[in-house]
Amino acid sequence: MKSGPDLRQYLRQESMPNVWCPGCGHGSVMAALTRAFDNLQLDLDQTVVVGGIGCASRMPFFLNTNGMHTTHGRALAFATGVKLASPDLNVITVMGDGDALSIGGNHLIHACRRNIDLTALILNNGIYGMTGGQLAPTTPQGFRSTTSSLGSIEVPFDAVDLALAAGATYVARTTTFDFEEIPALIETAIKHPGFALVEILSQCPTYFGRLNRLGDGRALLDYERDSTAPQEEITREQLVGRFSVGVFREEIRPEYTRRYAALLERARRDGNA
Amino acid sequence: MQQLMMGNEACALGAAAAGCNFFAGYPISPSSEIMEWMSRLLPVRGGVFVQMEDEIASIGAVIGASWTGAKAMTATSGPGFTLMQENIGYASMTETPCVIIDAQRVGPSTGMPTMPAQGDVIQARYGSHGDRAAIVLTASTVLDTYTMTVEAFNLSERYRQPVVLLLDAMLCHMRENVTVPDLEVIDRARPASLDGFEPFAGEEFLAFGDGARLIVTGLTHDEAGYQRASNGDTGERMMRRVLHRLERDAEVITHTRQESLEDATLVLIAYGITARAARSAVHKLRAEGVSAGLLELLTLWPFPERLIASVAQRAQTLLVPELNLGQVELLVRAAAGGTPVVALGRMDGSLLKPEEIVAKAHEALTNAEATI
Repeated sequence: MKSGPDLRQYLRQESMPNVWCPGCGHGSVMAALTRAFDNLQLDLDQTVVVGGIGCASRMPFFLNTNGMHTTHGRALAFATGVKLASPDLNVITVMGDGDALSIGGNHLIHACRRNIDLTALILNNGIYGMTGGQLAPTTPQGFRSTTSSLGSIEVPFDAVDLALAAGATYVARTTTFDFEEIPALIETAIKHPGFALVEILSQCPTYFGRLNRLGDGRALLDYERDSTAPQEEITREQLVGRFSVGVFREEIRPEYTRRYAALLERARRDGNA
Repeated sequence: MQQLMMGNEACALGAAAAGCNFFAGYPISPSSEIMEWMSRLLPVRGGVFVQMEDEIASIGAVIGASWTGAKAMTATSGPGFTLMQENIGYASMTETPCVIIDAQRVGPSTGMPTMPAQGDVIQARYGSHGDRAAIVLTASTVLDTYTMTVEAFNLSERYRQPVVLLLDAMLCHMRENVTVPDLEVIDRARPASLDGFEPFAGEEFLAFGDGARLIVTGLTHDEAGYQRASNGDTGERMMRRVLHRLERDAEVITHTRQESLEDATLVLIAYGITARAARSAVHKLRAEGVSAGLLELLTLWPFPERLIASVAQRAQTLLVPELNLGQVELLVRAAAGGTPVVALGRMDGSLLKPEEIVAKAHEALTNAEATI
């Protein structure tokens, strides 16, 4: 059997055990992230992982990088300050779906619009986990949560559509079922010189699975497999309650900190104050 | 050299003089000229200026920037200041140096945009949930606006806390002649060595990218930064530590101006724009033979309760004029012992005139005599 690199060096042993429930998908994403770190040989001293509030946003505690665990929904606002003030740092935000798409939606669209060189991972489990299973802006219609016991009548947000419309220059979606794909997507996102968003459908057996009678973590991986299809194999009409996966955009457009550096150069040359 | 400048301009120039190299903000009257000035001042100095999507993002970006070592500031007004409160609490919890300028206008809500008020005094101290340490400064002249902005940066760097400077609509837009002073600038202390360094043990600050792998969280944490959210003792110990830091140095942090207090039987306690009218009122009262004096507060928090207690011991009456319905009066009352405290407040967007303060003083003195 091929022995891989020792990925424990990327984890902060002092913070273990992590907070995630048995069967939760977030650990898979963290494992994939450490593989991406290893493949890129990322300088951990020069890397900052920024989270908001929620299950996914706890990830900064468990990674052996600099970590910033901020306020609910605001990870991208804090990360924008970090990156602008210190553009050489690698800045990665890890958010849940409620964090990124509900309370933090404004910051998400504006980070996309600026095309600032941040990596944004959205771990979408379709529910609010940390607060006990309430309706999320991503809960599919008809699905149950502790605040939609008769089935949700809300129209869920599609993070990929939102990011594409708002101007993100790298946009991808995958699932924890497709674990082997995640490290490469994250590596590309980290290397991408612009705002890079990777949405990862992740399973929450404790609430999403239990309240919707979908079973445990293993069964939820089957649900992920069955409710997704590669973007080229699915039409928009077929997308109700289902997700397309793949890389939706990868293009180079002027990045914000580089545009700012150019502005500084002009200011230095011309001076206007 | 004298320069005619607006309060908001003086604030921006003070920030630049203090070494501010990061500004994030969102337009709101009457603070917007501070942001406009920073957008011109910072790029030529190699600093970062960014207009964010809202006030919550502005203070978030400021805190993020501070953790890379930047001297960071935002400026806003009442409604924006209210939006910032959660992240101001985060800055306090994470011992993040940063400066927040609040140009006060009449509230609550949208209120009177943009007439002057002093209604954010308690919010500046207690607006964020939970108990925390707080430094809140104010200013009564355009020159003060410059010097207190520098002082806000110095105190935030020295004590690793967010510092709020309360201005008001009138002072922000007023123009006065200013001779820009040369002021000492304090930068945050760095640890001598990374060996055994604990990022939340003392006043030394280490930034992201400085060689340690820091954990910064708004959860209750220990000296090393690890979350200890189930450990109440740690939470209280860590917060008392910062409170003690400010209490220890209260004399250094507390700035006041005192006028004719030695023999004053009637003491006016005022701050910000109202201190100007109070000073004029003291002069009028003295001309009438009334032994009046002025205690002007430039630091509102930590509140100078010991100083007020000693002033109150010598005085017969304390009069607190302010552009709110008694926010500092309440604090003075708590510090005054048995000395009567008279309030003169308004929140109609008008300033208090010296004549109104004089009239209130006479009324208070008459009442005091009647009760003897």
